[in-house]
Amino acid sequence: MRVVELASGGFSWNPVSDVTQMWAYPFMVNAFRAGAIVAVLAGCVGWFLVLRRQTFAGHSLAMVGFPGAAGATLIGVSASAGYFGFCVAAALVLAALPRAGRHSGGAEAALTGTVQAFLLACGYLFVALYKGFLNGVNALLFGSFLGITTDQVLVLFVVAAAALAGLAAVGRPLLFASADPDVAAARGVPVRALGTVFLVLVGATAAEVGQITGSLLVFALLVMPAATAQALTARPALGLALSVLLALAATWLGLVAAYYSPYPIGFYVSTFAFGGYVLARAGSGTLRTVRRLS
Amino acid sequence: MRDAAVRVGDRTLWSGVDVRIERGEFVAVLGPNGVGKSTLLKVLLGRLRPEPGSEIEVLGARPGRAGDRIGYLPQRRGFDPSLRIRGTDLVRLGLDGDRWGTPLPALLPLPGNRRRARAAADRVAEVIETVGASGYAHRSIGACSGGEQQRLLIAQALVRRPDLLLLDEPLDSLDLPNQSAVAALVGRICHEHDVAVVMVAHDVNPILHHLDRVVYLAEGGAVSGRPHDVITGPTLSRLYRTPVEVLRTSGGRLVVVGGPEAPALHADRHPPHRARPRTEPDVPEGARPVRHFVRGARRARG
Repeated sequence: MRVVELASGGFSWNPVSDVTQMWAYPFMVNAFRAGAIVAVLAGCVGWFLVLRRQTFAGHSLAMVGFPGAAGATLIGVSASAGYFGFCVAAALVLAALPRAGRHSGGAEAALTGTVQAFLLACGYLFVALYKGFLNGVNALLFGSFLGITTDQVLVLFVVAAAALAGLAAVGRPLLFASADPDVAAARGVPVRALGTVFLVLVGATAAEVGQITGSLLVFALLVMPAATAQALTARPALGLALSVLLALAATWLGLVAAYYSPYPIGFYVSTFAFGGYVLARAGSGTLRTVRRLS
Repeated sequence: MRDAAVRVGDRTLWSGVDVRIERGEFVAVLGPNGVGKSTLLKVLLGRLRPEPGSEIEVLGARPGRAGDRIGYLPQRRGFDPSLRIRGTDLVRLGLDGDRWGTPLPALLPLPGNRRRARAAADRVAEVIETVGASGYAHRSIGACSGGEQQRLLIAQALVRRPDLLLLDEPLDSLDLPNQSAVAALVGRICHEHDVAVVMVAHDVNPILHHLDRVVYLAEGGAVSGRPHDVITGPTLSRLYRTPVEVLRTSGGRLVVVGGPEAPALHADRHPPHRARPRTEPDVPEGARPVRHFVRGARRARG
């Protein structure tokens, strides 16, 4: 749907007038608010996710949001509840999977992948059972910024605040357990329990991000900005800040672009985040080459 | 410090270990694969319970009670090359990584915040200087070489000024020059900073000249004492109840032949005729290993 047709005018290269124009619509204000909340949370949690090399787990948790939302709509509950319920439950299941050691990722990944494919199929079944909801599939999979209500923004904010508070409470030991699990365990850091807490945080984050970018494009905010930040710096504090800023920039730029063009938001957010990643990799690669040659 | 009186009786892996380690002593734990060398460290850490009847005291307390005063370096494989975290961050985590919460940025004008942050940063810089890793501590740890990673990890184990350092095969997977450089570093820390070091080792040769004592583990028994009293044919033959011969090369290296799982000292990994380097090829400035080599060599001969 082309939003600009509903709006009063086109893109003008005058940021002030463009922003006033966009923000004249309450749904756009809500979209910017929701985007900001989700971007900050995804930037922080995503940074740890990339550091811990658990992106596959993040992917699976994001996928689970689709059957969650579709199932919730089918039984007449809000899609939000479905996202959070399914994603957090899946995080607990993932955390409970037996883990023989640090490098036993293969069997675990296969199991996760199998269950994830089944759940995606279930999601599609729910959509088919709920006739007339079929138009919403695109939004569930690829995101939408239309019709975000103030109540929804409030829920996003409360969950994000709780998740960020939780992350701040375990931040230092989580970093220790992520970078150096053996020594952390020897120092009495509860490495396994922290892994569970972190997966639940990832579940909540995937549920939040999924409501903006759609289940399939959660990585645009959860992984791309964090991966870009880590390509640019190995400093934890700076990396976290960069990750949040990049996620925020991709989301807001994506919203602006989607508002003024006929193409979907998920595409724009992903494209901006991807562009940032490519630039960062190319830039740091060039820098290394230059340093080696000089 | 009347340090660790370790006596472990009747254990399936090893038994009758009777060692007393004084402050500032460098002790190696030797033995064939699977004999329970790493297990000994875990018992000292309090992560494994010894058999009833064992009397173990670590730094004047039961194992596991002396947490902060023990630095531990687990047996390891290198870091993943893609791990994007700096050496300094890793050392800093050794200082306070087990505390809950998230450190506040040093710029926040809270009372005491800036001073604490500065003190922590100074301590991290100091210990990195001690191990001679200042040149690469700011690099991403995955991009460091094995020897560089090992030095940073020793710094991490040292950062809380422990009285006892437990190192599990820190020389494994290092090349020969790095093995002797890291061995010299550990010897220097041990003698200059008065830290007791217990090192599990595969090959005694790189550390031989820095050692004060060795513990040789075998199934069902153990011997300990000065290296040149313990690593002899008769002693090891008695321990393993099978003829064992200890050969000494002209360079002073030891080769054990005919152990239960020969060669226990992995002498085959190194050409025995290779002269021990007089100067360290891979020692950063500030590590000053040469003097130590001389000191260690004299002690070994006497």
